[in-house]
Amino acid sequence: MEWLNSTYQSLAEFTTWWFAQPAVLIMLQIVMIVAPLMLAVAYLTFAERKIIGAMQVRMGPTRVGPRGWLQPIADALKLIFKEIVIPTGANKVLFVIAPILSIGPALAAWAVIPFNAEYVLADINAGLLYVLAITSVGVYGVIIAGWASNSKYALLGAMRSAAQIVAYEIAMGFALVTVIMAAGSLNIGTIIESQAGSPLHWFWLPLLPMFVIYFISGVAETNRAPFDVAEGESEIVAGFHVEYSGMVFAVFFLAEYANMILISVLAAVMFLGGWLSPFEGWLPASWFEITGVGLLLGHGVHWLLIKTALFLFFYLWFRATFPRYRYDQIMRLGWKVFIPITIVWLMVVGIMILTGFGWWFD
Amino acid sequence: MNTAVRFLKSLFLLELFRGMRLTFRHLLVRKVTLQYPEEHTPLSPRFRGLHALRRYPNGEERCIACKLCEVVCPALAITIESEQRDDGTRRTTRYDIDLTKCIFCGYCEESCPVDSIVETHIFEYHGEKRGDLYMTKDRLLAIGDKYEKEIADARAEDAPYR
Repeated sequence: MEWLNSTYQSLAEFTTWWFAQPAVLIMLQIVMIVAPLMLAVAYLTFAERKIIGAMQVRMGPTRVGPRGWLQPIADALKLIFKEIVIPTGANKVLFVIAPILSIGPALAAWAVIPFNAEYVLADINAGLLYVLAITSVGVYGVIIAGWASNSKYALLGAMRSAAQIVAYEIAMGFALVTVIMAAGSLNIGTIIESQAGSPLHWFWLPLLPMFVIYFISGVAETNRAPFDVAEGESEIVAGFHVEYSGMVFAVFFLAEYANMILISVLAAVMFLGGWLSPFEGWLPASWFEITGVGLLLGHGVHWLLIKTALFLFFYLWFRATFPRYRYDQIMRLGWKVFIPITIVWLMVVGIMILTGFGWWFD
Repeated sequence: MNTAVRFLKSLFLLELFRGMRLTFRHLLVRKVTLQYPEEHTPLSPRFRGLHALRRYPNGEERCIACKLCEVVCPALAITIESEQRDDGTRRTTRYDIDLTKCIFCGYCEESCPVDSIVETHIFEYHGEKRGDLYMTKDRLLAIGDKYEKEIADARAEDAPYR
């Protein structure tokens, strides 16, 4: 009895010690972010098929599980059990590294996203810069995948997507520069807090053109319809990932959808106040004190999720509505329309800050 | 003027918003999907499915081996051989339809003077080995016997328009 007790005690001590290690804690936090993210990606594909189906007056998947709710799990299982075919002419090392290079940044960028006032994995001062830098690395996954496949379609798709991502990154960066100017900080938590007040204090209003440009650039950045020439199934089969099958294809797929969610979260954080409650400033302060209801009405991660879901819906809505742009039109839009507008608005924001315009810049 | 209007229209994405309004309206519309194995579309009495050979109520087969169907068949899917029976009537000894050749045009049914060869409502059939879709006289008669009521009902329903 005595030894059992002491064993239990030492085990408990070991467990407490183990979970007090910073590396272990961070690993746990990473799992807490990545696991729900993967689930969200799985069900985003389901939502995509359901919503686009509904917009085409169809039902979408209904067979697997009740109303088709197990469809993404069936898809994942199918992909896991499929063979990974490596083409004979392919560069094996790069071929395998490319999907990792593609999903790594898509997940790493989540480190600086604040889920509410306290929960953020890495509260670094150059948060936004980190996001921009990390998401730019994702393009290497695409380029290397296209090159390593040793296939003309993959190479064409990779070249298209690389040029497109580079072009829209500039407009996107400029749009975010206006956010940085307005917030006066690169720290994402500070950016959210500087939007506090009411929905009219959020940056979407003074930066409305930037908001639109940011989101459209985000759609282009993730190679989603109507900017999906990189995949362009009518011309180049599937673009950079033609030669990929099974789980390595699934990794590209995960990366694409994780990037979509990331762009949506960033749009919510930069322009719609992240975890800030839209009722702030409208309802009397005493309402937020009510137990239960106050928790729902007040600030919290649920508002971030709702705002993100809104942008994700826009992604699917765009895909169901717009036909694919021609390649030169994409380039024209990026270089000749978005970049000039962002530069003009950069100056407008500068003037607004100098004059203390409205209630945003006082 | 025109250029200015066009410029403003494209700058404010007006046409894109109109397109999005259209798709959003369709999001809410009632869906037209039919869940096939559980639900079926209604079939016309003239529906041309699997073939059958009919009999008279007294059990005598209708076919008199006139071979009109064999002649009219554009896909040459029908093969008929005939001889005189002991009671002096002419009857088929062989009546084959190769369903892999058949194009389900319904000419055989139209041409038949005694309503013997008909096409039924059955469209969910399959063959599992070679020859399963080669319908012989016995099999056609068996189908006719099994579905005589449905066949007769469909003919009766369509009769006023023939």
